[in-house]
Amino acid sequence: MIEVRNVTKSFDGKTILHDVSATFQSGKTNLIIGQSGSGKTVLLKSIVGLLRPEKGQILYDGRDIMGMNGEQIKDLRKEIGMLFQGSALFDSETVLGNVMFPLNMFTDMSQGEIRDRAQFCLERVNLNGAGDKYPSEISGGMQKRVAIARAIALNPKYLFCDEPNSGLDPRTSILIDELLSDITHEYNITTVINTHDMNSVLGIGENIVFINKGHREWVGDMKEIYRTDNEALNEFVFANQLFQDVKKYVLSHETAVRPQ
Amino acid sequence: MVLTNSIATFGRYCMFMRRVFSVPDKWKTFFSRTVFEVAKLGVDSIPLVIVISIFIGAVITIQMQLNVTSPLIPAYSVGLATRDIVLLEFSNSILCLILAGKVGSNIASEIGTMRVTEQIDALDIMGVNSANFLVLPKVVGFLFFMPVLVGFCIATSFLGGFMVALFTDIISVSRYTYGLQAMFNEWYVWYGFIKSLFFSFIISSVAAFFGYYVRGGALEVGKASTNAVVSSSILILLMDVVLTKLLLQ
Repeated sequence: MIEVRNVTKSFDGKTILHDVSATFQSGKTNLIIGQSGSGKTVLLKSIVGLLRPEKGQILYDGRDIMGMNGEQIKDLRKEIGMLFQGSALFDSETVLGNVMFPLNMFTDMSQGEIRDRAQFCLERVNLNGAGDKYPSEISGGMQKRVAIARAIALNPKYLFCDEPNSGLDPRTSILIDELLSDITHEYNITTVINTHDMNSVLGIGENIVFINKGHREWVGDMKEIYRTDNEALNEFVFANQLFQDVKKYVLSHETAVRPQ
Repeated sequence: MVLTNSIATFGRYCMFMRRVFSVPDKWKTFFSRTVFEVAKLGVDSIPLVIVISIFIGAVITIQMQLNVTSPLIPAYSVGLATRDIVLLEFSNSILCLILAGKVGSNIASEIGTMRVTEQIDALDIMGVNSANFLVLPKVVGFLFFMPVLVGFCIATSFLGGFMVALFTDIISVSRYTYGLQAMFNEWYVWYGFIKSLFFSFIISSVAAFFGYYVRGGALEVGKASTNAVVSSSILILLMDVVLTKLLLQ
């Protein structure tokens, strides 16, 4: 479980995050949603320690990352996996080499064991036989899956994903979402996903934190989101006619079913 | 303003170097990456070094012979001047200025691209010291291979001059070779090697520094690569003056 308490972060005197608090639960897909520029990437980067907030606490199962020294942060990061927006695979390594990389750096396993573990991770994300290709030779969706395999190679307790669906077609997006959701439940990972993809929000959002203009505006899950009367959230999630129709349908369906 | 900026940049460079020169997370990975960098930055530069050295060696010999025609100057002075120009400046300072263009832009653009595609963030998130992991093998590898490049440069420059003597009638072979051996000062060779080590460190570390702190996209990577070459060239020339004063006086 990760708790964020009263985090404030500003750049050059401009405050991006105002006193944000949130809780991300283990074994659940936790979503941070918000418009571009709302501060959700800043929040995510603050949580993993790439940025340092001015105020507040960020507790990883009670351990405050703000009070840690370099060595302790390094140790904590061995429990963290992260999926970057552009996949961030190492161009100089093959797909298999990318997945083997954290294992090579942080374990004392033999080369054979490392290879097996990397192979297993690639199979887990349904990528068989692509191990010898280079990242530039595979599609965007496959790159995302390799990045997921690399992120889970060390059995992380915490998994962070920065817009895992950006630049992917809807069908591939759903595959990535399902994969992240399955892995989260299977290994009881605290998964935090930064997204503005409404399919993800309504599909895998078990704990949704809505950030608006640097403030935490709303918290709930994918069922509650249909019934919210928060205006900013409604405008954001049900932005187009299609999603509004879906909302109407769901709500009418629910009220029709509920009396029975 | 310019002064404070330069001091601030130098300060950041020093902080960066402190991160680079820490103990590697895994020695095995460090060694294999160093070997890889020696091959990429060093061995791959040999052809360029040879081609440039042969031509410059030949040109120096021709220029010396054509411009030094006074009967008062001894005949061996052409070979002697060729040798000393190559040993004192060409094989280290000028060679390193050329390598700053080749190796420096390579390092800066490679690390800069890794920065803008979040690969460096990915390393940091894994708990790897990214500065040390990426830069130290380059600095160490290039430093180790620099004397080899200087050696190649010296040998092939002399060969270039020799070919002029052999294939043209500008100067005879015996006069050239006698001149090469006349009044030889061994310290000049060491002086060249010592200078080249300093320059190799400047090239790799300055380029890595500019690449590592890129913000933005393709445009900034290009800019960082240019800045790296310009800054390291200036630093090489500055260092050249200082080292010449210290080592040759």
